[in-house]
Amino acid sequence: MEKENKTTGIVVGIVANLVMVEVNGPVAQNEICFITLGDERLMAEVIKVIGKNVYVQVFESTRGLKPGSVVEFQGHMLEVTLGPGILSKNYDGLQNDLDKMEGIFLNRGEYTDPLDRDTKWSFKPVATVGDEVKAGDWLGEVDENGQPHKIMVPFKMNGTFKLKEIAGEGEYTVDEQIAVVTDENNNDIKLTMVQKWPVKVAVGGFKEKPRPFRLLETGVRCMDTLNPITEGGTGFIPGPFGTGKTVLQHAISKQAEADIVIIAACGERANEVVEIFAEFPELDDPRTGKKLIERTIIIANTSNMPVAAREASVYTAMTIGEYYRAMGLKVLLMADSTSRWAQALREMSNRLEELPGPDAFPMDLSAIISNFYSRAGFVYLNNGQTGSITFIGTVSPAGGNLKEPVTESTRKAARCFYGLSQARADGKRYPAIDPIDSYSKYLEYPEVQEHFAKNISEDWLQNVLDVKDILLRGKETMEQINILGDDGVPINFHETFWKSELIDFVILQQDAFDSIDASTPMERQKYMLSKVLEVVGKKYSFDHFEDVSSFFKQIINEFKQMNYSEFKNDKFFHHQEALEKLINERAN
Amino acid sequence: MESQAFQKVYTKLTNITKATVTLKATDVGYDEIASVAGRMAQVVKITGEDITLQIFEGTEGVPTNAEVSFLGRPPQLKVSDELAGRFFNSYGDPIDGGPEIQGELRDIGSPSVNPVRRKQPSQLIATGIAGIDLNNTLVSGQKIPFFADPDQPYNQVMANVALRAKADKIILGGMGLSNDDYLYFKNVFDNAGALDRIVSFVNTTENPPVERLLVPDMALTAAEYFAVDKNENVLVLLTDMTLYADALSIVSNRMDQIPSKDSMPGSLYSDLARIYEKAVQFPSGGSITIIAVTTLSGGDITHAIPDNTGYITEGQLFLRRDSEIGKVIVDPFRSLSRLKQLVIGKKTREDHPQVMNSAIRLYADAANARTKLENGFDLTDYDERTLDFAKEYSDRLLAIDVNVDIDTMLNISWGLFGKYFSKAEVAIRENLVEKYWEN
Ligand SMILES: Nc1ncnc2c1ncn2[C@@H]1O[C@H](COP(=O)(O)OP(=O)(O)O)[C@@H](O)[C@H]1O
Ligand SMILES: [Mg+2]
Repeated sequence: MEKENKTTGIVVGIVANLVMVEVNGPVAQNEICFITLGDERLMAEVIKVIGKNVYVQVFESTRGLKPGSVVEFQGHMLEVTLGPGILSKNYDGLQNDLDKMEGIFLNRGEYTDPLDRDTKWSFKPVATVGDEVKAGDWLGEVDENGQPHKIMVPFKMNGTFKLKEIAGEGEYTVDEQIAVVTDENNNDIKLTMVQKWPVKVAVGGFKEKPRPFRLLETGVRCMDTLNPITEGGTGFIPGPFGTGKTVLQHAISKQAEADIVIIAACGERANEVVEIFAEFPELDDPRTGKKLIERTIIIANTSNMPVAAREASVYTAMTIGEYYRAMGLKVLLMADSTSRWAQALREMSNRLEELPGPDAFPMDLSAIISNFYSRAGFVYLNNGQTGSITFIGTVSPAGGNLKEPVTESTRKAARCFYGLSQARADGKRYPAIDPIDSYSKYLEYPEVQEHFAKNISEDWLQNVLDVKDILLRGKETMEQINILGDDGVPINFHETFWKSELIDFVILQQDAFDSIDASTPMERQKYMLSKVLEVVGKKYSFDHFEDVSSFFKQIINEFKQMNYSEFKNDKFFHHQEALEKLINERAN
Repeated sequence: MESQAFQKVYTKLTNITKATVTLKATDVGYDEIASVAGRMAQVVKITGEDITLQIFEGTEGVPTNAEVSFLGRPPQLKVSDELAGRFFNSYGDPIDGGPEIQGELRDIGSPSVNPVRRKQPSQLIATGIAGIDLNNTLVSGQKIPFFADPDQPYNQVMANVALRAKADKIILGGMGLSNDDYLYFKNVFDNAGALDRIVSFVNTTENPPVERLLVPDMALTAAEYFAVDKNENVLVLLTDMTLYADALSIVSNRMDQIPSKDSMPGSLYSDLARIYEKAVQFPSGGSITIIAVTTLSGGDITHAIPDNTGYITEGQLFLRRDSEIGKVIVDPFRSLSRLKQLVIGKKTREDHPQVMNSAIRLYADAANARTKLENGFDLTDYDERTLDFAKEYSDRLLAIDVNVDIDTMLNISWGLFGKYFSKAEVAIRENLVEKYWEN
């Protein structure tokens, strides 16, 4: 793609970060260019071309920029640099290493290297000379924070190659040659551990993308038990501000059973990223004993950072995810919030004076979102290994109205819907996922059902469906009671309602800030669900409706104490006994 | 306005709208300021040689042959310790009759802090108001607005919070402040003997509305001077951000931009975030905390201004009149401090998180009971108790006139739990109940 002679141009117009450039040669849509402003070079991306006039969105502030400034086009789209050393890095939306930047404030035009060029990695070859290889095939591996980081044939290389030379076991920097391959015309191509890829293009290089079928455990009960997400699945979390989107995403990113976690802080608060910086180096990854930060990559393009780079940030995150998926790893990708990305698109589209769609968003918003979500997924690599990207995005609906364009478009693209309800958040029923409206389409997949039967229990699915039923009936009954009054309905209405409250308090509600309650492994979820269903399944006799609530409140209290205790320790069983006593006194 | 020797003067405006003028000029930079017939203006659009300027005072009376000169720099503020105790207009010119400030010129609207250079906020700000300290604890480096209808006493509460917050400097950014409120702030700070800690940038209702667009950046440039250069803890008060956003919409509508929800510019989120994200805890000890006011119309928080604000700020303090007790309270349902987790139960007593949650849950039960009552149903004994609890809780803890320390707030809560409820109804972790339950 590199051009011989770079196209250049001069600035002829400026409105905020939209700059018009008159060019003297060919340019491509989404091509990257640099605008000269004194000693600074401002990076920008082509977003529209009309004859010799090219519209670029600048990834920086344009303050002080003047017409006549020189622009140099780069001949490639926005790319990320891929190689060992990405894990535990903090990048901005354009993959600049934030830790390498000078000073407290972000300096305009400062672009830093995403990789550490001096670090030596111990390389082990996995391919042998003479092998036929293609893009994405593994040539060797290095140990990156305990993960087998595969060095691959670059994704950009089309066709089949013969491996001519491969480096032996040893210590190499990312830029040292580790292999030579020959193409069909007998040209030698030297390879290092580094490759580049344009972020807006999906990385291929796998054999097959089946429907996801395995549960991805998150430790969040109302997800895993009620509406599970799968390895390679997609989900979204819409909710008004303050209902718990970020807390939920952070909980998932700490607890989920993934090899790599990528967090794209897209146009949200800087302090929320700082929280990750502060906590993750301290927290243990229960599966590896290492620190959480070691498996984490943070893409921080917070709300005060340039808007165009915000749009790029989700793509940067996805491309890095695809890179690790190609190594056969389980990647979990979180974006908070995809609405800010959509708003960035809207800001540019408005400045371009394009014909707006609903709520002034671009007409093709829905297609853009679907296209992005479709890059997630579970794959079989060419060598038969599997890898996955599970993607969960938050959506921040304007005015909390789920009928707005970003929510509606995302609903079409994502398979799990975790809708946060204002009423539940107001009542401090966290996580505020609405148990009735939310869904996981994966529960309907026969391959997922089979997986549950085999790995959890034969009756698991039925239990889950029963729970959903009880919750729905509970809600309906509550509406009846509200209309007819406490004593205007039979006592068993109160019992039905309180049984659903029991499930709500014990299974659904979960304190993300309690060291024990925060994360519930599947085995414990299974135990608690069967205990709760046991209680729900019994018949009780009550003389008065007020006895119903006071009885269930006691039950709930004991269950909650169990949730706060280490699984199956003395306290846990102490409360379980108290619970059983209460029940035996009441049950028929 | 300043003028420079040998600068080129233009005298031919080609276009005039209510807020902008257009002329042909060369060598002009984006965001640069200019003087148009002696009024301050800023470059908002460049197309070839056509330069569009936004005139902060408005264009009334500006003739097509007005003198225009470009200053070659963005808006700036002179910073030094001399700022303390002084009152300025939106342009940073003194309005208190005192002398000009001597100091270093700094561009306003400067770059953001690199997120990896921030420190996690951890310093509790005690206000004595239980609706804040108990339920929505503030932390320095936080950004949080009051959401209130225009008839609520938000400026009074804000002034109280500011004085009790023990900040090294308080910077008041007044936008569309009524003259009475301006004098009120001046008086309260004066009476508290705090004037020498206060810097004020004020645009009153008597000044042109578009001028207010400069106020937050002026205030925050001064704040960054004290927080970064002097390592001070700075509290910035911005009132009323709804009027700031209104000014944004005036400008964007006059520039023919396509409005999004509620006639606000599509960039409202980014515009507001740029301001609020200036709140920060620096590693060197300095901090900027922003407490703002966003007035609502008829309590509607789904309007684009409060809605975007809520998505940006670290919570909101919702003021509401509680007719049961006839006082203004900090509504525990709609209010939130997102940073409270960083301090409650850590910097405060261990029972704080659970006490807070249980009390609010019981208060919510009271709201349900009230609905039942309004619908003409009989109340249960539990309903009656929640109602009694709610009234006392509201009066002794939620009302904005409360001024006690946090341990006392927790003790009052336990007292109320014991008075109205059983342990199971309160449902707090057993070890805490054993320690704190009062009969
Ligand atoms: N699972 C939870 N447990 C306890 N508190 C929670 C939980 N989820 C959210 N909260 C509370 O709600 C606040 C807002 O949550 P947050 O995730 O930041 O909201 P959003 O991202 O939707 O705006 C948090 O600061 C916390 O006080
Ligand atoms: Mg959030």
